[in-house]
Amino acid sequence: MSTATEAKIFEILEAVKDPEIPVISIRELGILQQVTIDGDQISVGIIPTYSGCPAMFAITEDIKNTLKSQGFVDVNVTLLNEPVWNTDMITDSGKAAMKAFGIAPPQSLSEQQVSCPLCGSTDTTCISQFGSTACKALYRCQSCLEPFDYFKCHA
Amino acid sequence: MEQALYQYALRLADSSLTMGQRLAEWCGHGPYLEEDVALTNVSLDLIGHAQMFYQIAVDLSGETKTADDLAFLRDAHEFRNPLLTELPRGDFAYTTLKQYFVDVFNLHLYQALSQSNHQPLAQAGKKALMEVKYHLTRSQAWCERLSMSTAEAKQRMQQALDDLWFYTPELFETDEVMRQLADDGVIADYASLKNNWQKQVEALLKKCQLELPASGWVATGGLQGEHSEHLGYMLAEMQFLQRAYPGCEW
Ligand SMILES: [Zn+2]
Repeated sequence: MSTATEAKIFEILEAVKDPEIPVISIRELGILQQVTIDGDQISVGIIPTYSGCPAMFAITEDIKNTLKSQGFVDVNVTLLNEPVWNTDMITDSGKAAMKAFGIAPPQSLSEQQVSCPLCGSTDTTCISQFGSTACKALYRCQSCLEPFDYFKCHA
Repeated sequence: MEQALYQYALRLADSSLTMGQRLAEWCGHGPYLEEDVALTNVSLDLIGHAQMFYQIAVDLSGETKTADDLAFLRDAHEFRNPLLTELPRGDFAYTTLKQYFVDVFNLHLYQALSQSNHQPLAQAGKKALMEVKYHLTRSQAWCERLSMSTAEAKQRMQQALDDLWFYTPELFETDEVMRQLADDGVIADYASLKNNWQKQVEALLKKCQLELPASGWVATGGLQGEHSEHLGYMLAEMQFLQRAYPGCEW
């Protein structure tokens, strides 16, 4: 077991991915907010995306298991009330990974149309405001006809 | 004052939990797949809101209870939700209109609460507000679609309105203690909530060409713990596992 530093813990936690979008880490998604070290005890603070997000339990367990596998056993994970999560907290690398995975990343407010993550066309329509999870909406591309998830802008 | 705020947190939590539980009953019964998913996603959000408000109640109570204890181990007479939120789910028109009424209410409620000088309430209000905006977009669009489509859909919406309308005044019921909390900037001012709600709702009903029922029995009692029989049945199902197997975990 190596000595814990905050940077080291952040580095290890890069392996913890969002259970529903397994190509993006919880840091890139903006869920991982803080790491504090007090002697042997490591505290990890996370924030939920949506308040009803059922993935928070899985994420908490993943954090503990990942750190345990590196020899850090005294870990507590707390759900923070602040800051309130929004899609601006998703990093650029996170958005790029999301797009490569086939999910249209959340747009900035200036963009009017959601573009298809497969062919790039902006000729798309919303089929349902809720996709496979609360954070996504279901879209269809009118150009290549593929349906796709859009990670909704939440700010 | 702590006790009053505790009761208020329960009112918020119980309202969200009962709404969420009723929506969850649609799982597998939605009119089509996407809508099934939408209904249950909104349900999850509402149960998440309930969790936040139960946690606030727990923190105020000074007892060693958990948020789950408050949700699963209290009896019907201890619930503080208005009767509206415990009504059976009815048909899709009924669920949709009830959801719309509560979404508009929650929009104004959480806008006000996010300004609360009680920090935990303000944070929870901010979090819930972002999600309620989405809920409202959906329920409002459905109200319009149903009211302006076939004769049967319109008739069902009108029927839902006739049944639900006199349950809505209870959303705005307050007592002396709540008015004091509002004056102190801790909770929302329910008189202005009512005003904002009425303006917005009546404009939509007019657009949908739905007729407000003239008069009827006005529901009350939920906030004092006097509930309809529907809540008892709901809790019997929802609380079964914790009652039968105390402390059971997944
Ligand atoms: Zn395309």
